[in-house]
Amino acid sequence: MSDFSLNIREKGDVVVIETTGYLNNVGGEKVSEACCEKMDDGKKYFLLNLENSKVVNSIGVSILIEIIEKLQDVDGKLGYYNLAPIVEKTFNIMGLTKYSTVYSSEAEGLDGMA
Amino acid sequence: MSPKKTPKVELTLPIIPDMELAAIKTAEVVAKHMDLDEEKSAEIGMALIEATINAFEHSESDSGNVEIHFVIQGDTLVIKVTDKGRGFDQANVKVPKIEEKLGSDHKRGWGLQLIQELMDTVEFESSPEGTTVTMTKKK
Ligand SMILES: Nc1ncnc2c1ncn2[C@@H]1O[C@H](COP(=O)(O)OP(=O)(O)OP(=O)(O)O)[C@@H](O)[C@H]1O
Ligand SMILES: [Mg+2]
Repeated sequence: MSDFSLNIREKGDVVVIETTGYLNNVGGEKVSEACCEKMDDGKKYFLLNLENSKVVNSIGVSILIEIIEKLQDVDGKLGYYNLAPIVEKTFNIMGLTKYSTVYSSEAEGLDGMA
Repeated sequence: MSPKKTPKVELTLPIIPDMELAAIKTAEVVAKHMDLDEEKSAEIGMALIEATINAFEHSESDSGNVEIHFVIQGDTLVIKVTDKGRGFDQANVKVPKIEEKLGSDHKRGWGLQLIQELMDTVEFESSPEGTTVTMTKKK
């Protein structure tokens, strides 16, 4: 019902992850696995394009908090762009925006993370 | 009030992963009928996802179904999410803080907070026979 998929690419030091589908427990775990793999390769800047994930739930977003925690240990950063307004609002209510950044575009994100 | 003035949509969902998405589709149709703006419609959807998942996950209900009622009362949408599960005491639920979640093993505990922030009013009726969450959003 909610096929979730990722597209991962690198732009300089930044890993850009584009998600498609419902960001629930399953989707969140997939993002987390992808980030962990890249962190093992020494990457620490991650930018999520959530344009095609307009529906999220608290479990999926809690997994993003785990990613933020892991990145804090390596002085890394998590950023997002193309958020649906309700997703941004959810991130605000949960406080993610205090520890990660919402950008208005990929270019702004790449600039901000560099 | 005559039934005509309070149209009601009823949904019975089996506890199956992702079935909460069926609830938000229905909410979208109801919100559109009421001419609610997109922001409010999306807030209702998010709150409904959380209330439905809670009923799925925590109720430990034997009946295996969750009932969702949408009632249009003038310019207010009333949504009731009911399970026949074990119930809980909302007073024992701690308000989550991200500062406390970072560094803790327990990252979850956000659903009720989100529901309360996103809806106009939220009420819980809960007993060992089950839980009903009633939430409203005004146009
Ligand atoms: N319908 C319900 N039946 C029984 N217990 C419930 C119900 N809804 C909520 N609870 C209880 O309230 C607690 C808090 O719910 P809340 O949605 O805030 O967090 P969570 O479901 O544990 O995590 P999250 O929503 O972040 O995934 C739950 O852990 C559960 O103990
Ligand atoms: Mg919950």
